[in-house]
Amino acid sequence: MAKEFWRWKEYNWKHEDIDWKTGSVISAGVDVGSVSSQAVILVDGELYAYANMRTGSNSPMSASNAMTWALENTGMTLEDIHFTVGTGYGRVNVPFANKTITEIACHARGANKMYGNSVRTLLDMGGQDCKAISCDDRGKVTNFLMNDKCAAGTGRGMEVFADLLSLPIEEIGDLSFQVDEEPEPVSSTCVIFAKSEATGLLREGWPKNKVLAAYSSAMAHRVVSLLERIEIKPDFAITGGIAKNSGVVKRLEKEIGIKALTTTYDTQIAGAFGAALFGMALCEKSRK
Amino acid sequence: MIANFGYKDGSGDFFISIDTDKCNGCGDCVPVCPADVLEVRDNEFDPLAEDKMAAVTEAQRKKIKYACSACKSETNATLPCIEACKLDAIVHSW
Repeated sequence: MAKEFWRWKEYNWKHEDIDWKTGSVISAGVDVGSVSSQAVILVDGELYAYANMRTGSNSPMSASNAMTWALENTGMTLEDIHFTVGTGYGRVNVPFANKTITEIACHARGANKMYGNSVRTLLDMGGQDCKAISCDDRGKVTNFLMNDKCAAGTGRGMEVFADLLSLPIEEIGDLSFQVDEEPEPVSSTCVIFAKSEATGLLREGWPKNKVLAAYSSAMAHRVVSLLERIEIKPDFAITGGIAKNSGVVKRLEKEIGIKALTTTYDTQIAGAFGAALFGMALCEKSRK
Repeated sequence: MIANFGYKDGSGDFFISIDTDKCNGCGDCVPVCPADVLEVRDNEFDPLAEDKMAAVTEAQRKKIKYACSACKSETNATLPCIEACKLDAIVHSW
């Protein structure tokens, strides 16, 4: 089988030092996105375990698979979780969720925890959409917009380019800086047209890295206009898969003149993390 | 909160913004829209509160450029949804 350059690593993680049996509230968040799905389990608000994998064609199955994987080797079962919140594009397809919450609220809540409460502007660069969110110090949304009608500036677009250029997706951020000089961005923001433009550039003899640089800067430029509509106020953070792509992140930082906050958490779990935090709050509310 | 419903594509920016601090969920904007673009639903962006807000329906969200075009002809100086909102909570971006 041919190598799939777009394929990113799926994985699960568990906190070794937390004994979940001692926790009073165990909450979970499941974010079923258009490209990837995550399940996050919190014990009293602390990250205990998570899994991050590709969403298949069957959303309820993806939700269950992500949850099963997050639970792996924890000794915990679905019945031990007090409250589960489903979020994301496929949130209605999480069969074991107690409640569904829009991913916009969840991302803001998750970023508030992951990056700290100084985050005021958040950009979620997801698989097939892009969200610009303003939030307050409690992670409450104050302004937002989402663009899910056009795939320009999304993770899937980057996957298409990784495939076209036969470069592994996890390396393309760094590779896009290995150029003699920064090229002009590709003129099309549409993934399909950008791809045909890139094919033309390759035929002209452009090195792969240069084409990648041209696409990365077009993608960065594209999302800036979304951010400007909600006003960019520091601190600024990026969630989603593209946050791991330095080629886009650094070009975006340069364009808006603000450095993005970094986190030790996985940027892809922000939505599920926020959902689990809401789950904890709702569980505590119901016990009162 | 300002909730922007709509999209941006190659032809421009098309967003209907609802200011939820002004909107009280009265629903006056809903029947005046000839294209059924608006509805009143839970404020899903603040899950811990339990208030209602006007919002663009999921069915119309990605095609408001076309759905709203009937009201945006030159003869219509003011849009019916904006006129119906006594609290000035609705803004169109285009």
